[in-house]
Amino acid sequence: MLDAQPRPDGRSLVEIRDLRMWFPIRTGLLKRHTGNVKAVDGVSFDIREGETLGLVGESGCGKSTCGRAILRLYEITGGSVKIDGQEIGDAGPNTLRRMRPTMQMVFQDPQASLNPRMTVARIIGEPLDEHTKMSRREKTAKVHDLMDQVGLNRAFADRYPHEFSGGQRQRIGIARALALNPKFIVCDEPIAALDVSIQAQVVNLLEELQAELGLTYLFISHDLSMVRHIATRVAVMYLGKVAELAPREELYGEPLHPYTRALLSAVPEPDPEAMGGSNRTILKGDVPSPSNPPEGCNFCTRCPDVMEVCHRVDPEFRQVRPGRWVACHLFEEGASSPSNRADTESMGDTA
Amino acid sequence: MLTFTLRRVLISIPTLLVIAFAIFMLLELAPGDPTAQLPLTIPPEVREQIRQSLGLGEPLPVRFGKWLIQFFWVEPLHIINGIFGTDFAEGAQRVLSWQTRSPVMDIVWQRMPQTLWVVGMSYIVGVAIALPIGIYSAYKQYSVFDQAGTFVSMIGYSVPPFFSGVLVIVIFSVKLGWFPSIYDTTHVVNDWDSFVVQLRQMIMPVMVLALQTTAQISRFMRASMLDNLGQDYVRTARAKGMSERSVVLRHTLRNSMIPVVTVIALGVPGIFGGAIITEQVFKVNGIGQLLITAIQANDLPMVQTLTFIFAILIVLFNLIADVLYGVLDPRIRYD
Repeated sequence: MLDAQPRPDGRSLVEIRDLRMWFPIRTGLLKRHTGNVKAVDGVSFDIREGETLGLVGESGCGKSTCGRAILRLYEITGGSVKIDGQEIGDAGPNTLRRMRPTMQMVFQDPQASLNPRMTVARIIGEPLDEHTKMSRREKTAKVHDLMDQVGLNRAFADRYPHEFSGGQRQRIGIARALALNPKFIVCDEPIAALDVSIQAQVVNLLEELQAELGLTYLFISHDLSMVRHIATRVAVMYLGKVAELAPREELYGEPLHPYTRALLSAVPEPDPEAMGGSNRTILKGDVPSPSNPPEGCNFCTRCPDVMEVCHRVDPEFRQVRPGRWVACHLFEEGASSPSNRADTESMGDTA
Repeated sequence: MLTFTLRRVLISIPTLLVIAFAIFMLLELAPGDPTAQLPLTIPPEVREQIRQSLGLGEPLPVRFGKWLIQFFWVEPLHIINGIFGTDFAEGAQRVLSWQTRSPVMDIVWQRMPQTLWVVGMSYIVGVAIALPIGIYSAYKQYSVFDQAGTFVSMIGYSVPPFFSGVLVIVIFSVKLGWFPSIYDTTHVVNDWDSFVVQLRQMIMPVMVLALQTTAQISRFMRASMLDNLGQDYVRTARAKGMSERSVVLRHTLRNSMIPVVTVIALGVPGIFGGAIITEQVFKVNGIGQLLITAIQANDLPMVQTLTFIFAILIVLFNLIADVLYGVLDPRIRYD
């Protein structure tokens, strides 16, 4: 039922079905298991070969956990993840390790994610020791190639990570991820820790590498403008679930889910004239705790268009138009359109 | 690094001089009389003569100055004589013990091997046990093994050696008769059998002391590993597809060892200082025992010299710990 329509523009490289990542809560004297933080709770989507899927949402909604769970950097609670046709959701440590070359990750904090006691050459070259049988000379050549590819001076190969600037460190992180010729890279907020001027450089580098090497990205970010720039399709997460998934222009042009509408209305408008101030959807209250999500729809406590059914039934994540997936009762057959739909649509497409 | 080391060595000279003076004044101000343990039949004027002959008639600064010359000039020359067979400073006054009238440094050299064998071995054994425990406890945090390790560490921290020492003597010497309760310093190891005897007499004091070291170092190791296991670069290593062994031992352990190595280095002067209580319990006549008997006998030159040697070692190993930190952690540069 959840199979995304295979489009002519690419097959699905990554297929995620009902992915769940719950962290146990242990309390009391005996550290008894008393509950779960449902960081990712039943997420399903596909990532097509060669595309960039943007994954957005506010802090703590489970974006990063989702990215890490997809690469099995956590022991997932349930669900299935297929990368390049191979199931990794329940793969054992050794099988998983052999599959690591296909899937890589670029981390948020370029400082912390590089081993401080290893030189750049070792950081980039270590996966080659583990997964290939290259000679020492071939490895050095490969490391130098990778450094060229990400725009790092080869002469820096014997330096340590702390001797670089933030942008350069992120380039090291990208070179490291590329070392094994992966097909799929999860970029976990790769630009969040960087200066704005450097952000553009790194994003451009990622785009160039994608064009050159045919990479597929899952681009996790809370920067909606950046995602609009880089992503082919965008998934919006709220409290461990995907609220909406749509091609970029359609999502930004006409957001369907009330949460997406609220999120997009929060993007600052550089032109104060155009902003007007009237279209903002201000959400009330706080995000519920992922250890105790509300019954029914996760968003029902803050939704401006909440209906009676939302408090009882968790809406199904379903395709409502070709390529557009929404988890909301508003778009179920027979549901009446909310009154403010027309307003939102008139916000216009400003791509 | 070299500039840093040299600068630190230079700074340590005034530090040590201040320490020497502080020790000297403390001992001077402390109550006690070196002739107090002599028989009461000795008349007061003879007693006074003895005091004069020990050098107590001179004013304080003169005595301090003389001690400095003896310690920093005469004694090193004697060490050189001992090594190269030269005869520098022949006939010069050395630091003499008031109890035995023999040079303090000679006695120290006699006592050092026992202390290094027992206390040094216990430190090595303690560290060797502590590191794997710390690593595994952190890797399996809150597992049964970790809980047991925490419990043993708590015991190691809280049970003093005068209790655990006597306890193991009661159990293993008195009840079971496995090991001798007294450490025989005169025992000579020259074949396998005598080696076994040496091993048996060393086991109890070594293990009692090792328990303390293990408790401390394993906690440090565990905390440091936990710190590092949560770091992003460990996740990076896993994402690279490194084997778990490589993730833990190559990536995490090497980074975790930085603070642990410095803690281990800082503990080394304690070995030379001996373990006063444990040496007493097992009758090991090492440095600790030497110090405590010297204190009891008001043997001021002995106490002064021993305490000052400990001070030198502490300053030295602090410096070594700092240098090690710089060597191990590329982020730290001292220049």
